[in-house]
Amino acid sequence: MRKSTTLNLGTGTFVLLGFAALLFLTTQTTSRGISLGSKPHYNLTAKFDNIGDLKVGAPVSMSGVEMGRVTKIIFDPKEYKAVVSMRMDARYKQIPTDSDAAIYTQGLLGGKFIGITAGGADTYLKDGSQIDFTQSAFVLENLIGQVLANFTKSSAPANSGTPKADAPAAPQAKAAEKAK
Amino acid sequence: MFGVFGTRVPTATPLNQSASIIEIRNVDYAVSGRPVFASLDMDIPRGRITAIMGPSGTGKTTLLRLITGQVAADEGSIVVAGQEMREVRRSDLYVLRRRMGMLFQNGALLTDLSVFENVAFPLREHTDLPERLIRQLVLTKLQAVGLRGAAELMPSELSGGMSRRVALARAIVMDPEILIYDEPFVGLDPISLGVILRLIRRLNDALGITSIVVSHDVQEISTVADVLFLLSGGKVVARGTPQELQCYPSEIVRQFMGGLADGPVPFHFPAPEYFGELLSRAEDP
Amino acid sequence: MRLIKELWTSLIESLVGLGAVVRFLLRLIVVAPRALLRVDLIAQQVFNSGALSLVIIMLSGLFVGMVLGLQGFQLLQRFGSEEALGTAATIGLVKELGPVVTALLFAGRAGTALASELGLMRATDQLSAMEMMAVDPIQRVVVPRFLGGVIAMPLLAAIFSVIGIYGAQLIGVQIMGVDSGSFWSQMRAAVSLSDINEGIVKSCIFGVACSLIAVYEGYYAMPTAEGVGRATTRTVVTSAVVILFFDYLITAAFL
Repeated sequence: MRKSTTLNLGTGTFVLLGFAALLFLTTQTTSRGISLGSKPHYNLTAKFDNIGDLKVGAPVSMSGVEMGRVTKIIFDPKEYKAVVSMRMDARYKQIPTDSDAAIYTQGLLGGKFIGITAGGADTYLKDGSQIDFTQSAFVLENLIGQVLANFTKSSAPANSGTPKADAPAAPQAKAAEKAK
Repeated sequence: MFGVFGTRVPTATPLNQSASIIEIRNVDYAVSGRPVFASLDMDIPRGRITAIMGPSGTGKTTLLRLITGQVAADEGSIVVAGQEMREVRRSDLYVLRRRMGMLFQNGALLTDLSVFENVAFPLREHTDLPERLIRQLVLTKLQAVGLRGAAELMPSELSGGMSRRVALARAIVMDPEILIYDEPFVGLDPISLGVILRLIRRLNDALGITSIVVSHDVQEISTVADVLFLLSGGKVVARGTPQELQCYPSEIVRQFMGGLADGPVPFHFPAPEYFGELLSRAEDP
Repeated sequence: MRLIKELWTSLIESLVGLGAVVRFLLRLIVVAPRALLRVDLIAQQVFNSGALSLVIIMLSGLFVGMVLGLQGFQLLQRFGSEEALGTAATIGLVKELGPVVTALLFAGRAGTALASELGLMRATDQLSAMEMMAVDPIQRVVVPRFLGGVIAMPLLAAIFSVIGIYGAQLIGVQIMGVDSGSFWSQMRAAVSLSDINEGIVKSCIFGVACSLIAVYEGYYAMPTAEGVGRATTRTVVTSAVVILFFDYLITAAFL
């Protein structure tokens, strides 16, 4: 009998350790905390032309303060846009309805996150609301592509016409052109 | 080869056929093309001790595997306790095996269980008996083989003879009708051997079990067996009581019973002519 | 010509072996529901395969993590991004080193023990004795050992990874002076749940493969001392090759 007790104890400890390690891996090493699920929250959506490599679990912040997480990303086949669902902490309820959401990059090569800039309306976003003003992800390749395109154009003057900027990063690209 | 092989075996004592618990008829069995048995016939009487003897490699162990349904015969029929083994399903086979006990050569105790748990193993696997009853049954069987005091030992702490006695207790714990011993005397000292012999006799008489003993220890087995079968070349070459076999009118029986080196079972493995091979030059393969 | 012929025979032989292993697996799966009723037997095998491998797994995890911390720091320092050490070590451990090294150690520690135990049971007629006691040795002996290994492997791999991360942290943060906050926060931002999933899927598949190979080799070992020895050797060799092969397949599938 005593032998089987040690056996059970050993097995139990091992299994507990194993599951603790799994729990640690899923909650402590990833951006997916366990705390958000239980806290009071409300949901928002936003449509983006291009989300870059935004991932489920990415933070949603305002003025640098984390207010929520991306919970779902689906593709809307009618408008050809990405629909991003966000779960917002219920403490931050006063987000004006005309606020805009943009996708930014953490650091130079870090992951993407959503930044919300407050608008001026008196009404606030509610559970299930959609943020109408959005700005797509800043895609580095597009910018580099434009710079290169402009560079080849300026070196070959026979080719006239303004380059058509289709990426959201157009202002920066123009600025780069001017600088030259 | 020898006259006795092809002809019908003369039966010394006509045994009552209906009293047979195992009937083997015309059984052929081959292992990878090499025939082990060719039209084998055997009847094993109920409630007696039957010894199956024969030179090494005559398929005594194979015969046990056929009887216990571990392998199936190629041809012929084997009926064990009214069950035809050819058409037996796995579940039926397991039901049948609960009525059989088998003692393996070295005991085959489960090494990770104590003596007590080894004997309790069939009970725990097949019954839902309360712990108290299991304990009683196990201790009774261990007492019968004289090892109640060793209940808490592990198999690695037992001698060869003791292991076999524990295995015997385990084999009888489900109260089988048939008890099969595979070479129970190999490697035992004279005392342990005497103990096993006495146990075979006593269990057979006390529990009314049919015992089948496979052995080639002629002297030992002759002291307890009621019926002896002598197998050779895949056939039964002789059958009778120990006394009858002692003066059996056949060369091979005399060779085997007397332990002679040469005879119908040759001393030499088949080989080319001796001097010819010695004198011939070694050739490149 | 002779070479081609030999290659051909060895190809056929390995196909036969593969088929036999897969059929053995199917046999185990058929019996598994009934074997699952005996939780005590499975728990004991989880102890044998898992708990008894714990020390070697934890030690190895610590050292692998520490090496990752050193090497990763040296490499990342060149690009001035030592803060990414947490990310690099965690992704390396969770996706690759955790499952693979754990599986290799498991094959060496638990796999050989399983194979030799079963081989010895075969050699000493214990399996036949069970058959004769109307107990299916596959159900009573093989499946609990198989399931014990399958359960233990992902847990061992997770423990390995966690210890490894702390090993990397020990070197990176405590000794090399990487900022503790950025070590963890960069890791959290960069490691996604799918990375963890990949590691778990890998270790589960390795668990099935290693346990299957071990019980197969043991169960069908030649019933001699030499046969048992050969079975344990083959368990390690086959497991190692299969682990690395599956590792590539799964990694490719997750890309």
